[in-house]
Order: sequence, then C-alpha cells, then structure tokens
Amino acid sequence: MRRIALTVNGVRREAEVEPRLLLVYFLRESLGLTGTNVGCDTSSCGACTVMMDGKSVKSCTVLAVQADGSEITTIEGLASNGQMHPLQEAFRNNHGLQCGFCTPGMIMAGLGLIESGAGMGDEEVRLGLEGNLCRCTGYQNIVKAIQEAAGQMRQQAPAPDTAQPAAVQGGSE
Amino acid sequence: MTQVAEPEAKRWVGGGILRKEDPELLTGQGRYVDDIALPGMLWLAFVRSPVASATIAGIDTSAARELPGVQAVFTGQELADDWALPLPCAWPIGNRTNFEDPDDPRTPDHWPVVKDRVRYMGEIVAVVVADSREHAADAVEAVDVDYDDLPVVTDMMAALEEGAPVLHDDLGSNEAYTWGFTNGDVDKVFAEAPVVVKERYYNQRLIPNAIEPRGVVVQPIPAQGEFTVWSATQIPHILKVLLALTLDINEAKIRVVAPDVGGGFGSKLNVYAEEAICLAVAKRLGVPVKWTEERSENYLATIHGRDVIQDMEVAATEEGKTLGFRVKLYADFGAYMQLVTPGIPILGAWLYHGVYDAQAYAFEATGVFTNKVPTDAYRGAGRPEATYAVERIMDALARRVGKDPAEIREMNFIPPFDEAREVVSGLSFDSGNYHATLEKAKQLAGYDEVRREQQANDGRRDGKLLGVGLSTYIEMCGLAPSQTLAALKYGAGGWEAATIRCHPTGKVTVITGTSPHGQGHVTTWSQLAADALGVEPDDVEVLHGDTAVSALGMDSYGSRSASVGGAALYKAAEKIRAKARTIAAHELEVAEEDLEWKDGKFQVTGAPDRSKTIPEVAFTAWTAHALPADIEPGLEATAVWDPPNFTFPSGAHICVVEVDPETGSTRIDRYVAVDDCGTPINPMIIDGQVMGGIAQGIAEALYEEALYDENGTLLTGNMSTYRIPSAAELPGYVLDREVTPSTTNPMGVKGIGEAGTIASPPAVMNAVADALRYVGVEFIDKPASAEKVWRVVQEARGSAPADRTPEGGGTGAASMTPEEEGGVA
Repeated sequence: MRRIALTVNGVRREAEVEPRLLLVYFLRESLGLTGTNVGCDTSSCGACTVMMDGKSVKSCTVLAVQADGSEITTIEGLASNGQMHPLQEAFRNNHGLQCGFCTPGMIMAGLGLIESGAGMGDEEVRLGLEGNLCRCTGYQNIVKAIQEAAGQMRQQAPAPDTAQPAAVQGGSE
Repeated sequence: MTQVAEPEAKRWVGGGILRKEDPELLTGQGRYVDDIALPGMLWLAFVRSPVASATIAGIDTSAARELPGVQAVFTGQELADDWALPLPCAWPIGNRTNFEDPDDPRTPDHWPVVKDRVRYMGEIVAVVVADSREHAADAVEAVDVDYDDLPVVTDMMAALEEGAPVLHDDLGSNEAYTWGFTNGDVDKVFAEAPVVVKERYYNQRLIPNAIEPRGVVVQPIPAQGEFTVWSATQIPHILKVLLALTLDINEAKIRVVAPDVGGGFGSKLNVYAEEAICLAVAKRLGVPVKWTEERSENYLATIHGRDVIQDMEVAATEEGKTLGFRVKLYADFGAYMQLVTPGIPILGAWLYHGVYDAQAYAFEATGVFTNKVPTDAYRGAGRPEATYAVERIMDALARRVGKDPAEIREMNFIPPFDEAREVVSGLSFDSGNYHATLEKAKQLAGYDEVRREQQANDGRRDGKLLGVGLSTYIEMCGLAPSQTLAALKYGAGGWEAATIRCHPTGKVTVITGTSPHGQGHVTTWSQLAADALGVEPDDVEVLHGDTAVSALGMDSYGSRSASVGGAALYKAAEKIRAKARTIAAHELEVAEEDLEWKDGKFQVTGAPDRSKTIPEVAFTAWTAHALPADIEPGLEATAVWDPPNFTFPSGAHICVVEVDPETGSTRIDRYVAVDDCGTPINPMIIDGQVMGGIAQGIAEALYEEALYDENGTLLTGNMSTYRIPSAAELPGYVLDREVTPSTTNPMGVKGIGEAGTIASPPAVMNAVADALRYVGVEFIDKPASAEKVWRVVQEARGSAPADRTPEGGGTGAASMTPEEEGGVA
C-alpha cells in the first residue's frame, strides 16, 4: 500500500492505496465520486476523462499513486454555488447529451480543449475530441456546445496564453 | 406541414423544450448500475471460454478457492439445478412456407453456465465470487479449465453444407429455420419481366457498443425470499417475468430496476446469462452481489448485430418500372438463440420492396448456427438490412436502365396517401408522402448541382472522386399489435401502459411502462401530459424503469415508446378528463355537456369565467367532501394501449462524398436527412435521435465490422481494434422534416429512434459506389473502409482502363453473383 495526498474538487484527500489502483477507481470507489464513468479498458472511449493539473487526462490510464500531489477536477467539481458551469449549460442548451454516460468525460475533454487555448473551428474541435466516443448524439450538438461555451468562457476571461495551459477552473478551494 | 386534428391547441407538444433529464446527468449525479454499492456486497467475475468449440474435460477450481477474498466458485455442473428453464428465447420460429402452420421451432438449450461444451469464444464456463473487483479478477485467472477442442465453423454458408461441424447435436444440422412467404405470382413476374437485376449484399457483423457496458446488482432479502435486481437493461418488465420463469422464483417477489441506462441500441434488449447468474448466486449466498462488464468482455458477452447475406432481386420493365421484389436471406445467429434472435430477419420481412409499387413479392430467410457470439436486435433490427438491399438494388436498376437514381425512385414511389393502404408485401402502411421528402432532400443537398458538377468534371473534384447517394427509406415500428405478434408466434403482447396520478397540490405523476435509456421520455411525456391536463411540464414527474413503481410495461425497443407508450398516456389523460369533467360539472352545478375543455380547463359554454382546472378538480377529488354520487375519491387513471397497426416512418437521405482513389479514404462532404416521423412532439429530441442514428449508420457503412478468424477467435476484441468513429471522422448533418400524421395512433406520431440508422448505410454506400464508377469499380459492399476502397480501385485499374467514365446506360448491374439474369430484352 502507498500513501497519497491530492486535491480533488478543491478538497484535500489522503488515502492508502494499492499501487495497481487506477485513478478512476480511486475517484469512484474510494471517494464515491461516481460521476466519472468507465466505458472501456483500452483508453479508447474517454468516458473517464478528468482534469489533472489543468490538463484533461483519461483517469483509467493514470494510477492513483501517479496522482499523488496533483489537483484533480471531476464533473462533480464543475458547478459552483448551485450554478452550472458554462459547459454544462451549453451541453443542455444544445442537446449535447442523450444517455449521459459519455457526458462527464466529454465535458472534461471540452474543458481541457478550451483551456488549452485551441482554436474553436469545427475541425479543430472535432479533432480535439478524437479521444472521446459518444454512441448517442452523432457529435454535432457536442461540438456546438463546446464552441458556445468557449465563446462565453473566453469572453469572461482574458484569452489564455496558448503556450501555457491555464489553471484549473471549477475547484472551490 | 399538415396538422393532426386535436380538440385543443398545443402549448407544449411540438416545442423543443430543454430536457428535464439533463441537470443530473450533467453534474455527475446520474445513477448507473456501476454506481451502486451495497453493504456486504460481493463481486462476481466470469471464467469465459478462450476457444470457440470444445468439450470441457475438467475444471479445477481448487487454487481459485484458496485465493484471498474468494467466497465461492461455481461451475456449470454445480449450478445446473438452479435453473428451472434454459435462458429464454421469446420469439421461437419454425420452418414455414407461405402461411402454412410452421414446424416446431428448433431452439437449442442455452444454459447460463455451460455444462459440458462451449460453442463460442466468451461463453461462461465458471463463476467466481469474491469480496472485491480485483480479488474476483485474480480468481478468474486461477481457475484451470481443460478444453478438448472440437471443429469450428464460423462461416454461415459453410455451416449449412453437408458434413459441416454441427453445433447442436440434437438438432442434426446448423439450419435454425427457413421461413418465407410470397404475395402475387412471383415466378411469372420474374420469368416475364424484361429486366431482372440481382445482387448479393452482406450486412456485416456489428458490435453495438452502448458506451455504458452492462452491469447487474442483486440485493436479496433471504427471510422474505425477495430480490431487487438492478440491471443496465432496456426491458425491466420483460426481464422480471423471464427471470422468475428461468429461476422458478415467485414473480411477485422480484423487483427489477433499470436506473439511468447508458445507451442500449438493442444490446440491452435481452435476458442475459449474467442477470440469471447474479440472481442465482444472490439466492444461494443470501448477500448482495454485483457484476460490471468490462468493454472487452462486452464484445464477447453481449449480443452482436446484423451478419446477414442477401440475394436481392428486382424485376422491372425496360423503362425501370418495378414489377416484383424477391429476396433470399441467410442470417448468422451465432451459437444460440438469445431473446429475439430468430425474429430479427422477420422484422424486415415485409419491407424488401421499400416505398415502391410492385405486383409480386417474395421473402425467404434461413437462420444458421455458427461458433460465434449470438446475434440479436441492433438498432433497426431487420429493417436496416431490408433498406440496404432495396436502396442498393434500386441504384443497380437505375444503372441498368440508364436512369438517374432519383428518377428511378420517383417513377416507382407509392403515391402520397393519408389513409392506411395495403402494399405488395401485404402490410398496410399508415401514411406517407415520399415524393415530398425526396424533393426537399434534393433541394437541401443541391442534388442537381452535384450531378452537373460530376458531368462537367468527369466525376472529379480536386483530385477526389465525387459521388452522391440516395436512400428513400421506409421502416416499420411501434411494436406491435398483439394479434400480429400472436400470428408470428412472439411470446408476448405489444401493448404499453401509462398511469396518471393527479395530486391534491396540483402536481402530476406520470408512470410509464416504457424504459428510456437516453431518449428523453421524461421530457417528452411531460409535454404530452401538460397539454392533455392543462398543467406545466415542470409540474409533471415521470417515473419509469422500476417494476415496483410501474407495474405494467413492455419497455423500450423498436421505436415503440412514443407511438405506443405515448398513446397509452394520451388514453390515460382521456380517462382523467372524463372523471374530472363529472366532478367539475358537479361543482359548477351545470350539466357535463355544458362544459367544454378549452385552454387547458373545463369552461362553462358561454360563460368562460366559470371554469375548473384539473389541479382544482384533483383537490376536490382528494378531499372528497363534495363529490357526485358514485364517484370514487382520487383522480388517477391507467390506460393500456394495444396498437391496431405498426407505424411507418419514412424519409429521404442524401449523402455526398469525396473518395480519394489513392488512399481509399472517404470524406462525407454533405449529409442531408428529411424524415417523416409523423407529428413531432419535441423537435430537438427528434433531431438528436436522427443525428445519432445517422452516425451509427455511417459507422456501419464506412468503419465497423466484427471479424473472426477461422478458429472462432474474435479479432476485433476491444475498442482499439473495432473502429468506432469519433467526432473527427463524422460530418455535420443538415436536417429537415416532412409530416404525414400516422393513422395508427391518436397523436399521429410514428417513431424516430432507429430511422437514422436504417436510412444512412445505403445513402453512404450508394454515394461511394457512385464515386467509384469513375474509376471503373463495378461493385463495393459495406464497410467501405479505406483499405477496401483502395483494393477495389487497384483491382479496377488492373483489369480496366484506369479512368473509365460511365456512359449513358451506366456500367451495368454491378453484381457479385454470377447467376444474374435477365437484362434488357
């Protein structure tokens, strides 16, 4: 067993974990944060995407021990003060979800894309979402939702330096 | 757009209100089966056969039993007495020609855990129970199974040959059934027709890939003999009945819950071994148990779809007027019959003439057992196959007679109709206007401009080959009239139920027997109830997917929910209004016939200021202080709707592609869909269903195929080898609608869950085939992967002038089969 300490959605967490424990199971089963889903076993589907130190990562390909000392944001940490995050609002307004299972991962991947300063043209967003699979929507409304949210988020905040990943948003620390 | 006659203006139906389901799903508060953890819960994991065909010489579980955390290990022999019946097949089908009485169905025994022989890679051989997911996985590795290999057959045509290895010895052969019928003098029509075009198509094997894998949790109350089963299923009600029968448990002691379910597409329309095993183990051990499917396991444990060969023929005049349609199918069922495996080809049996007029019709299907995962319903189930064959043969006919594919369709369309009419297969279509949908789609796609561009530039655009493809599809959904199902030997009815409960506070609970898994029933049903009861959608709470809450139900599949379940809700609201009218009249001291239902309330005719709303009446009904004689307190009603017919959504899809002849890759330049799903309830949700359906159909046309090697090993065994397209591969979609209200139900709705997947594969494939004509390719079948396109282009260049341009009459019928007959006489 190994001792790890990390910040999840603004809350400091410490735990003893087996070295083989994946970050996604640490989040889901140790912390009870079941919003992050598991859809495959080959890092293909992206349902488990979370933000780790300002970048989107697939939490099924990160060991919990690798997350020691990091800052994690999951879908549960996005809304603040009862207000949904602009991405969550945009997914609802654009019907960017149906069954909802890929949605937390899609939103976190979209957040990672927006925070990276990537361009928000159709092709750029589609390429940026290559690692996330949705079987329900056909993606068009997901792309629209991310573009709409990016417009709002970038209006509110000064455009990030594209060379530097922006800080994690949505934590409540 | 025409409007269905309604007693009142619609306030909510027809409007794209945002989904009530979304806030919880967007914030991580969705509750899927894998999110459930119960005190004392044990984990199940399965030992699955790594080989496709073998007898089990022995199983040594002793090492596994010694591992940390392992509570039990069960083999098939040890669990043999836990089953009262094998896993159910609800639609057993025997041999039949025309409408003679069928032979007895040949349904092989299918046990949850095999007893002595495995018939496909992935079949369950033993069950491990441990205190954690990890300990269960470790124990699976420690079970030692001794397999004696048997011969394998994975090709359905080889499986039908004399001397092929027989999967089920007691059946004597691998032929499950041959079932067919004819209408009209088919032989004469085909013998005398001046033009007959025949092609062979293969609808490849597909893996459904709902993004949520399956999962089961069972909580027993041993002292009561009660069980709560949570399953990632589309069919909680059907599952309850069939688990009770399979395990001989009092049905009244079983509660099945389908919580949030992460997509289904037919793959969760089943009764699976794992559901029966989890229940059996919970019953044995008296503690909660859980199993969560892994994705690679899903590819071996959950049904596959399609895998159907079609020999498709059309008979026509020299001008291309269709006279007859005839098809012979071979359907690969895999190793066993799952819940509705035998019925899947039959769901398309009446649609091999599409939206076209003809005089004669013949359908015959042969089902075959092979050493592969069983096939069953996958989005569209039987109808995508039919549409693919019809829409591709219409293009082949167009080429044969030298007409444009749009023209050949227009000249053969059944004319517009708004009352049910019989068609050549014997079905009665509900309504349709196929000319209007195609015309709209052609305009949106710029069809004529693309044709002109092809002509002007010899089919080229920036070095790519330009192609355009049509699909003017029809499907049947809204399963189904119970009497029709009885005639087809289906094991249940096709009705649906709804209950409306009007609370004294003015709020409304709607309980539906449908079981959504992404389709947004909570929102749509709220709109229906709001209009029917004169309340706001936010005042309506919709409950579903729990047999303890919704007692009656037939669940969600076959695009049935709105047209059958929505109609049940409509009927329940009529009952509520009838009772409310009596109470309102009593309160207002007028005769019932002096009240009119207007603007969502009962108004005294001529004195609209004197009125009662449903919430007001609900309060009166609850206090019961001043009710008319013979009126019971409370305002609640249940209705069960058994549809008189299917519904027949239709539409026109047009796909424009650019194919790179050097790399074989296909880029979709434009995709236009004009669909007629009857009267729309929530256009935003309808469009979402259409887009998702198209995406799955494009995936089928260009990317996906489950492949086995000759030993029965699944080669596409995980998400990195089975190619599901991402946003990067898929195009944007241009959508529009045509509305011909269905005559099957009072709301005029038809269904939209599967239409996109049914329509799109032939639209894409006709476009790819159209583009490839310019380099002399005669034929290409699904999936048009880059590799396959590259190969056929190379072959065509090797055997024909590299850049042959099709002339007037086209390249002739592109046929894979040598026995193509007829031709222009």
